[in-house]
Amino acid sequence: MEIPYNVEERQDTGMFNAKLGIWLFLASEVMLFGGLFSAYVFLRMGDVTGTFISGASELNIPLATFNTLVLISSSVTMIMSWVSLKLGEQKKFKTYLGTTLLLAGVFLVVKYFEYTAKFHHGIFPETSTFFAIYFTLTGLHMLHIIGGMVVIFYFLVPGSKMMNTESERFTNRIEIVGLYWHFVDLVWIFLFPVLYLL
Amino acid sequence: MSGQPDTHHEESFWRKYIFSIDHKVIGLQYGITALIFLFFGFCLMMMMRWQLAYPEQPMPWFGWLFGETGVMLPEMYNSLGAMHGTVMIFLGVVPLAVGAFGNYFVPLQIGAPDMAFPKLNMTSYWCYFAGGIVMMVGFFVPGGAANSGWTSYPPLADIATTGQTVWLFGMVLLITSSLLGSINTITTIVQLRAKGLTWMRLPFFVWSQFVTAFLLLLAFPPLEAAGVLQLMDRLLDTSFFLPSGLIVSGEVLNVSGGGSPLLWQHMFWFLAHPEVYVLILPAMGIVAEVLSNNTRKPLWGYKSIVYASSFLGFMSFIVWAHHMFMTGMGSTISAFFQTTTMIISVPSVVILTAMFISLWGASIRYNSAMLFALGFLPMFGIGGLTGLPLGIAASDIHLHDTYYVIGHFHYVVAPGTIFALFAGVYYWFPKMTGKTLNETLGKIHFWLSMIFINGIFMPMFVQGLAGVSRRLWDGGASYAHATDTLWLNEVMSASAWLLGLAQIPFIYNLIKSMKSGEKAESNHWDATTLEWTDAPSPPLPHRNFEVIPEVYRGPYEYSVPGADKDFTPQSEA
Amino acid sequence: MSGHSVEDIKKSVKVYIGVFAALAVLTVVTVAASYLDLSSGEAFFLAIIIASVKGTLVAGYFMHLFSEKTTVLAVLGLTFFFLIVIMFLPFMAFTDQAVI
Repeated sequence: MEIPYNVEERQDTGMFNAKLGIWLFLASEVMLFGGLFSAYVFLRMGDVTGTFISGASELNIPLATFNTLVLISSSVTMIMSWVSLKLGEQKKFKTYLGTTLLLAGVFLVVKYFEYTAKFHHGIFPETSTFFAIYFTLTGLHMLHIIGGMVVIFYFLVPGSKMMNTESERFTNRIEIVGLYWHFVDLVWIFLFPVLYLL
Repeated sequence: MSGQPDTHHEESFWRKYIFSIDHKVIGLQYGITALIFLFFGFCLMMMMRWQLAYPEQPMPWFGWLFGETGVMLPEMYNSLGAMHGTVMIFLGVVPLAVGAFGNYFVPLQIGAPDMAFPKLNMTSYWCYFAGGIVMMVGFFVPGGAANSGWTSYPPLADIATTGQTVWLFGMVLLITSSLLGSINTITTIVQLRAKGLTWMRLPFFVWSQFVTAFLLLLAFPPLEAAGVLQLMDRLLDTSFFLPSGLIVSGEVLNVSGGGSPLLWQHMFWFLAHPEVYVLILPAMGIVAEVLSNNTRKPLWGYKSIVYASSFLGFMSFIVWAHHMFMTGMGSTISAFFQTTTMIISVPSVVILTAMFISLWGASIRYNSAMLFALGFLPMFGIGGLTGLPLGIAASDIHLHDTYYVIGHFHYVVAPGTIFALFAGVYYWFPKMTGKTLNETLGKIHFWLSMIFINGIFMPMFVQGLAGVSRRLWDGGASYAHATDTLWLNEVMSASAWLLGLAQIPFIYNLIKSMKSGEKAESNHWDATTLEWTDAPSPPLPHRNFEVIPEVYRGPYEYSVPGADKDFTPQSEA
Repeated sequence: MSGHSVEDIKKSVKVYIGVFAALAVLTVVTVAASYLDLSSGEAFFLAIIIASVKGTLVAGYFMHLFSEKTTVLAVLGLTFFFLIVIMFLPFMAFTDQAVI
């Protein structure tokens, strides 16, 4: 038997199932990163030797600013891909989604150069609590980016057949992916000033 | 994010029993795995009880587990203690209460064909299973399983043997599992309720699962974060939880320092206190169903119970630091947490009181399920009330980390939650299998369990008040305070082993009845909720109901004046 | 989303572009502000306020929270409350401790 409200919206809640599901998932993600931010605050309060301030000054702000802009752009292309799908412009959809994937790749490459530059200077997670939390937070965020890229790739190539067979369901799925992707962007918006600028 | 189970053609063995996406099969998988883990965790404790009653004497029969001498070493005792806690909570009780009963009966009680995301449901079970396996692997790595307590406090846990790393990986899997499960439960309850099943018509069991799912969803992630940080500390030599200048075995530890062990405690208890309510709420839900069914009366104060449980869930997030009164917190913040702790006892009392009042004037059917539910009430009462002195900062100074604490939370979880889970097994077994359990064996199981479980935990209050620390490997033999209460160790240990024997009728009953029990009718207990009134026993694979029912009334309309029978099903127009 | 007609969507594209521009500008502003000679407290509040504005824009427009269903908003409200709790109660416990 079909599970109700898989594609269509339930009248009294106004949602299809996956919409609520992804928001619940994101709520738990908020708490996950919240816990880590809390750790950041706690450690910074107890930082008597100033490692947080000296550590942050060693980070590469221009690169991170560039990366912020990359991620914001990827958010816009993500939502434009959903819009294109809504308007039935499948070719545009593919272009936008592909651009999102590309921008995510750029983000990772930049991040790779940032990391290796740190390693070359002998900076590792064990160097100080600042770099410990820096590598943990950015590393976990990167894992989220990679996870998102896998899903986006799936809908771009092997999963895109559904676009023609069950178009409404496919649009729903892209909306869900978009919500996740914007959340990853949102996390970075807070990570950037907290780690690099303060 | 979903799949449509195809009911038209035959499924292969693997699809049907192993990688099933039917919530009922997954519920049973959870149930069986969790019962096995419960028994395993119980065995760990029975071994510890030997060491406590007869310190440093070779253990009969099982001595070979501890090398040639047959004597349990302190490291082993610590491992068993840590793993007993972990196994019982994360692999036993919660999966049984939430994974098994929640998974099986939430869709049935709300009139849904399945959970909202069946594939996610399957993934959740297999994450749990993998987490359990990883935890067990811990016993076979050098240095043995995790031995820093189920709380894994650093700095000890940071420098402990490899078993701790294994424990952390296991926890990450278990957390993932419960995260997927809670997303599924909430979505199912919000989205898939049958027509007419409004929020105030939900059986209380569904409400309890709903609140529980929120606790799991929002409280677990910070522990996952903390687990990642501890993994970083252990694998990448960071110092999240290691303060500067820490000296281990006479040498300054070679790390950057600057971390704080208290950070772990905050993040751990942010989960672990709500976890207590994760343990108790589904138990209350089961008891509410059983009580109302066997008193043949509506549950007294249904609405206040619902509001109280929601409030309980909410408050459980802001009481955690009452576990940390002894860490040197200032008096202001201690007073805050002490106050919230006192406030949270109010909704618990509301729920318990309403359940007691439900008994008033009823002609009670004393079947096995009802006996366990009735046993739950005073046992949980004792557990709850003995918690108050621990929640008050001043009295906690004396009682902290003594056997009093052990007695308190075991009363909540063991004769509390586990009794309720037994009640659930006796109550729902006919629905799950289509067979009935033997009532005589069930009653023997109840009375023996009731006597021996009190024999274990009641003396703990006495020892605890005398000041016996909970972590002593020799049960206090070398501890001056303990001398007067030392004889109780043997009483408790004997009770524990007898409690183990008392489970034999239960296990026998389960297996025997599954094979050759009497056939159960579809509404075996003359109940009102949808799983009994509208689904066959056992419910149909993949769709539960012949026709999805509609709901016209509240969940507990028993003995309605003027009705032709003493129960009015929810689906009766 | 049944409430989205073609005209609605075309209108919202303009909003998305506007949000994108605002996000880019705010990013530059927050970086520029970090080079100002502010006390650590001022710098902290400025950075958090800018980040919050950016976050609100993303959540409100890209994630459609401004027009989302009450169930979702209720869940997020609850989450936000507990986020505040996990962020600040350990911190408050810390400061209370430091006094001793």
